[in-house]
Amino acid sequence: MSRLNDQNVALAKEIIARYPKKKSALIPLVHLSQQQNGYVTEAAMKHVAELIDVTPAEVYGTATFYEMFRFEPTGKYLINICGTMSCALMGGHDLMHHAEHKLGVKAGSTTDDGLITLQHAECQAACTEAPTLQVNYRHRFRVTPAEFDELVDDLRAGKLDGEIPPHGTLGRNRQHIPADRAVGAVPPEQVDGAPAWVTIKEEGS
Amino acid sequence: MSAQGSYPWAAGYYDDGDRPQIVTSRFKYEDSHTIERYHATGGYEGLKKALSMRPEEVHDEVRKSTLLGRGGAGFPAGVKWGFTPQGVWPRYLVVNGDESEPGTYKDRLLMELDPHQLIEGCLIACYAAGLSQCFLYIRGEMAVAHERVAKALDDAYAHGYIGRNILGTDFSVDIVLHWGAGAYVVGEETALIESLEGERGMPRLKPPYFPAAIGLYGKPTIVNNVETLSNLPFIALNGSAAYTAIGTETSPGTRMIAVSGHVERPGVFEIVNGSTTFRDLIYGDEFSQGMREGRELKTFVPGGGSAPWFLPDQLDIPFEGREASSAGSMLGSGAVMVMDDTTDIPAAALTLVKFYAHESCGKCVPCREGGTWLYRIVERIVAGNGTDADLATILEVGESICPGDMPHAASARLGLDAVPFPYKMTTICFVGPSAYVPIHSAMTLFPEEFEAIVTKREVRTTIPVTAVPVGGA
Amino acid sequence: MSDHEHSEHDEQPEPDTSSADQEAAERGEEPPEPQATDAEADVPADDEQPEEASATADDDHAIADETQGGEGADEEAPIAPDPDAVTITVNGRAFAAHQGELVINAAERAGEYIPRFCYHPRMSSVGMCRQCLVEIDTGRGPAIQPSCMITVAPDMAVITDSHTVERAQEGVLELLLANHPLDCPVCDKGGECPLQDQTMSHGPGESRYVEQKRHYEKPIPISDHVLLDRERCILCDRCTRFADEVAGDKLIHFIDRGNNTEVATFPDEPFASYFSGNTVQICPVGALTAKPYRFKARPWDLEQADSTCTTCSVGCRVSVHSSRDQLLRYQGVDTGLDTDSVNLGWMCDRGRFNFEAVESELRLADPQIRGEAGLATSPWTSALSIVEQLLRDASTVALLGGARSTNEGAFAWAKLADALGIEHRDAQLGDGLPAGVLDLPRATIDDAVNASTVILLGPDLKEELPVLYLRLREAAVGGGTKLVEFSTQETGLTRYAWKSVRHAPGMGATEVARTLADPAMAEQLASGKVVIVAGRGNLAASEETALAALQAARAAVPEATVLPALRRGNVVGALQLGLAPADAAHDATATLQACADGKVDVLVLLGADPLNDCPDADLARRGLAGARRIISIDTHPSESTQQADVVLPAAAFAEQSGTTTNLEGRVTDVAHKVTAHGTSRPDWMIATELAARLGHDLGFASIAEVTAAIVADVPGYATAFDGGFATGAVPALPDVSNHEQIPSGYDFRLVVSRKLYDRAVNTVMSPSIAKLNIGAGARVHSLDLPRVGVDDGTDVKLISAKGSVVLPLIADDTVQRGTIWAPFNMAGADVTDLVDAAASVTDVRIERLT
Repeated sequence: MSRLNDQNVALAKEIIARYPKKKSALIPLVHLSQQQNGYVTEAAMKHVAELIDVTPAEVYGTATFYEMFRFEPTGKYLINICGTMSCALMGGHDLMHHAEHKLGVKAGSTTDDGLITLQHAECQAACTEAPTLQVNYRHRFRVTPAEFDELVDDLRAGKLDGEIPPHGTLGRNRQHIPADRAVGAVPPEQVDGAPAWVTIKEEGS
Repeated sequence: MSAQGSYPWAAGYYDDGDRPQIVTSRFKYEDSHTIERYHATGGYEGLKKALSMRPEEVHDEVRKSTLLGRGGAGFPAGVKWGFTPQGVWPRYLVVNGDESEPGTYKDRLLMELDPHQLIEGCLIACYAAGLSQCFLYIRGEMAVAHERVAKALDDAYAHGYIGRNILGTDFSVDIVLHWGAGAYVVGEETALIESLEGERGMPRLKPPYFPAAIGLYGKPTIVNNVETLSNLPFIALNGSAAYTAIGTETSPGTRMIAVSGHVERPGVFEIVNGSTTFRDLIYGDEFSQGMREGRELKTFVPGGGSAPWFLPDQLDIPFEGREASSAGSMLGSGAVMVMDDTTDIPAAALTLVKFYAHESCGKCVPCREGGTWLYRIVERIVAGNGTDADLATILEVGESICPGDMPHAASARLGLDAVPFPYKMTTICFVGPSAYVPIHSAMTLFPEEFEAIVTKREVRTTIPVTAVPVGGA
Repeated sequence: MSDHEHSEHDEQPEPDTSSADQEAAERGEEPPEPQATDAEADVPADDEQPEEASATADDDHAIADETQGGEGADEEAPIAPDPDAVTITVNGRAFAAHQGELVINAAERAGEYIPRFCYHPRMSSVGMCRQCLVEIDTGRGPAIQPSCMITVAPDMAVITDSHTVERAQEGVLELLLANHPLDCPVCDKGGECPLQDQTMSHGPGESRYVEQKRHYEKPIPISDHVLLDRERCILCDRCTRFADEVAGDKLIHFIDRGNNTEVATFPDEPFASYFSGNTVQICPVGALTAKPYRFKARPWDLEQADSTCTTCSVGCRVSVHSSRDQLLRYQGVDTGLDTDSVNLGWMCDRGRFNFEAVESELRLADPQIRGEAGLATSPWTSALSIVEQLLRDASTVALLGGARSTNEGAFAWAKLADALGIEHRDAQLGDGLPAGVLDLPRATIDDAVNASTVILLGPDLKEELPVLYLRLREAAVGGGTKLVEFSTQETGLTRYAWKSVRHAPGMGATEVARTLADPAMAEQLASGKVVIVAGRGNLAASEETALAALQAARAAVPEATVLPALRRGNVVGALQLGLAPADAAHDATATLQACADGKVDVLVLLGADPLNDCPDADLARRGLAGARRIISIDTHPSESTQQADVVLPAAAFAEQSGTTTNLEGRVTDVAHKVTAHGTSRPDWMIATELAARLGHDLGFASIAEVTAAIVADVPGYATAFDGGFATGAVPALPDVSNHEQIPSGYDFRLVVSRKLYDRAVNTVMSPSIAKLNIGAGARVHSLDLPRVGVDDGTDVKLISAKGSVVLPLIADDTVQRGTIWAPFNMAGADVTDLVDAAASVTDVRIERLT
């Protein structure tokens, strides 16, 4: 079952409605499918294509451009270790070597139990806290080898379940625009004048 | 190791000096991201003040403040807003929260620690420039920022700050949180727009695609950086004079700078713009407090990974755009990466060459092919398998990306004069040149290190940075 | 061929340029002919060899004249200055560019060819390959800019020959070659490859690239016709842009990023576009190759001739390529940005790949005469003697066909028919509209794509006239043209239509009248020029119903011009040059009825196959059975030739010269490129010889004389050979009373229409496209399946007043509820068994088989 489930279809429709053009929802909907399935499946891409009225090739073309989308089964926890300059200067590559040894897999692969996928990553915008890593895009700062081991042990023991949702979940909460407050998205070609506050102020001047 | 949730509020952020604070004033509170704290500290007062003025008056105030864009190019925001063509509607605001320049982080802190300040800034911009919908594009890898901004948006809607008839006026705008999905190049504004349209984030050519004229859905679009917008509540509330009273005439206000690498106290600081120097920042007690373990400064990257490198010779240059460019580099995104005398220069350069080769969108041939080619050569050199021909080839490939004189810093040691920034380029955006900049700086300022490993085949004892492969290449 | 396949995998460990040099040396004595039609229609050959300066000298002269004219030199011969001209300099020389012109085009017109890969004049600029970088100075000093993205501005200085520009262009070429394989010797594109050519003209002398090149699995199929070699691909975005902007079939796309970017389809969703072959033609390297041409020839061995595709009546300009007297491929030709180009260089795959039919081993090679043991080969003299005798002895002769022919063939046969007093004649087979539609105020394709409104009445243009579909789609998507469509089901243009109206089969006129009277619609119609595209959308409804809809549209918009959407190749020329019936009593339907009634002694089938192409299958069968003798002049054996008493083999497309007239009335050449198959002869020659044997002098004995006779005889063709538009003597359109019958609600109403790949002879005889026939079936809306009580795909019995047929019932939500759509002329049971040519609509009952 890798098409979006009913609940997520409803969510998808809410997301699509926020944009003046449906295709703008492409990336958010592929994220949604990854949240549901843990990775991006062909069936999900087809479903997203249907929802926003584009071809599956367009969804595929866009989705593969972005690194967060994974097209094969991925661990519940995706550990990204930064290797860009500031982290490299502070031992990021040594941390990666240690991580490979600890997990028993090379970067780019998943542990045998399917729990953890290890990856190289580029700059994570926490350069003063080098070396850094992210678990499902949640940072850990100034990570020592011993702390890495502890992190893995905690993940395996389920101690971080409350803080770190499974791979694919971008945020534990989402924006919901209340219907009674929403202005609503209008296709740009249907807008034919300045917004109200601009018009009225100009007339008043 | 510290988890993200366990910041000593804002891990990496320091405000222990006696410095003016415009955008980081709430970072000291544990609940800085909540609407309650925001309300308790003057939140949304700037918006109310703005709504009491005519949109053009607010725009004028921003123009007078000379608020410079904080995304890297440093263009005045008020002027940018004025570029929208007359009578073309709708107009959009796109918030660039795709911060990913190596060495840089400030937007992430602003989104995680003070999301309402950003939201208020967005609203003021929309009001002043007649922008009828706002898209807040957050880099995909920032899960905590997503959660906090989403919550802040929900709260702001609930309080009537966003949506229909804001605070009972005829000002109505939606702010839509948009998730990125991991692509550095999307930080470029036209690529950001492509991405927001559901496309591959490949930059568009300017001309004709100046976003202010032809932007999102082909309509006039203002793209502003998170930090830029976060300054607006202050300017709206206190007026442009209060803002320009800080900093210098050409670079007013403050800006957030991240200092990372081999310093005693790496951190993010809100500094006074224009007058603070790199020496202040790297050696000052209220900033990074000098080199770690008392070592010597070897070189530093002054403005994010795409900036040409500076030497200790350039420490007294202040944070002022023109001074930096005449010295051969740029201030860019507000990130200083510092290397001490233990640093293996070719290996350090490799990390950046790899970054930009990896992040090429693939649109322009010089970047797509040239970046990866440079990466392969530098990787081989660092591994000890380089040749003299490789060094010549690097410069030739570089010439194909950046024809003509390449900016670099002056070096008293080598008797080199500075070549001013910027470079010419054969690509649409700066990603391609950025793959060449670090290796060009490294080879120009430290030729002996390349000679040592390429010509003399010296065995190195320490390699603090090592090569990892570009994905898939 | 398998050797080639194999050796493609073996990369040669040599520097890039050595193979290019070798390549150049190999072709040294025999440089390729100017390839005005190759992938680079936009690259004139003399630009590839800038040192040959003769053309440039002329250009200089022209430039000087224009400039002087622009400055108002009164005493000079008046060359009308372009009021919109923008004066720029190109390498210091002043040049009058067009307003809004791209620098890359202005420079080319000024004699400075700028190398390029991603730029294509018929698609939007993307500035991707960076090959066309030049220096442009608008007063702030020279800046490096891609010339494909910058439009000219007054006093702009364009510099294409500075060291900076040369270095930039060399640099880009070196980078493009970095990962490009060294397989030019086994690459189909070698010899006509823009990358190869521009490397020679603008590239570096050698490569410094010593790294491992990118490796991918060698060519992978992305569609039935097209293979993709990702190693050769330079990611110029031409094919993907074509799929998106031109064809509207976004089935190929860039995937991944940066140096790993590749062109791909979605997994298991091939690039099933009717226009896929164009991507091969516009590919600037050998990344995309077409299966039917792969490894068949080297470009320098090809001979080529400009011609016109006669697969349908759009009349796309093409170039016919052959080697060793064998047809190898067709390429689309773009007559240029400043011209009223028919097809902009594009073709459909059916037109592109049906050269295989000409080369088919099943071609009729010799005359055949029916004897006791059936048809047997005979010499021409005997066959012609028998035909002569049959025609002499006949009191009533009928002639069907001619639309397959050239203008000259059709005209010669019309003259023969006149001489023999043949009244029963028709170039259509009851599947079109009365010839009078050609006499309505005519629109050109250009008129249509520049109109403010186009009213679509008739067939699914994507299936029947594919390049007209492309043109109208482009006008609707990118231009200001609004499409108003009337149809019985969803068509290719439905999603681009401003308004798309469904009507029950046979009920178009009422719906047209009602819709066009709507005030909002009337406002749109009044806003500018209106063009009506009129054809026959449903072969199971009478031509009167189609005509009534046209009449209703013309009544609503009297000033509208009409573009006739008749499908057959030269149907317009044949009808205009004398093969139109004088009245309905002598048209194809009436003729076949007369045959069936035993009133016709000799039926001549001039490239006509009524058994396959007549919408009323029963009538066709009875007609051919009832005609006493049948003479068939054709290129390939068909069901109808099997019924003939004498079969004369005809020369096919590219085997004879002449002209053809497209649906606009545009007359263009068809080229004689290869020797006619076997002993086959052109139609005009057969007619002329028969006339002579029967004692008539038609007044011509060569193709040139036939053409001259057309000019002399047919007033509407007097200027048509010089670029005018042809008109012809066709009978006026009959006034149609309302033939509409309201559907009962109990039966399904039938729509029969064409798909692009049907059993037309040139398709069936071309293996590459023959396999794309979707097969016979009856399609209904999925919500109508329960009404019948069967599952999708179940065989059912369809019963009309005329007959019955068993077909699978297929769910298809593009079909309106209450109707059945069945594709015409498909492999399998024949839906035309249900159709009665005398009835205005066809109502059908569906029965379960069990």
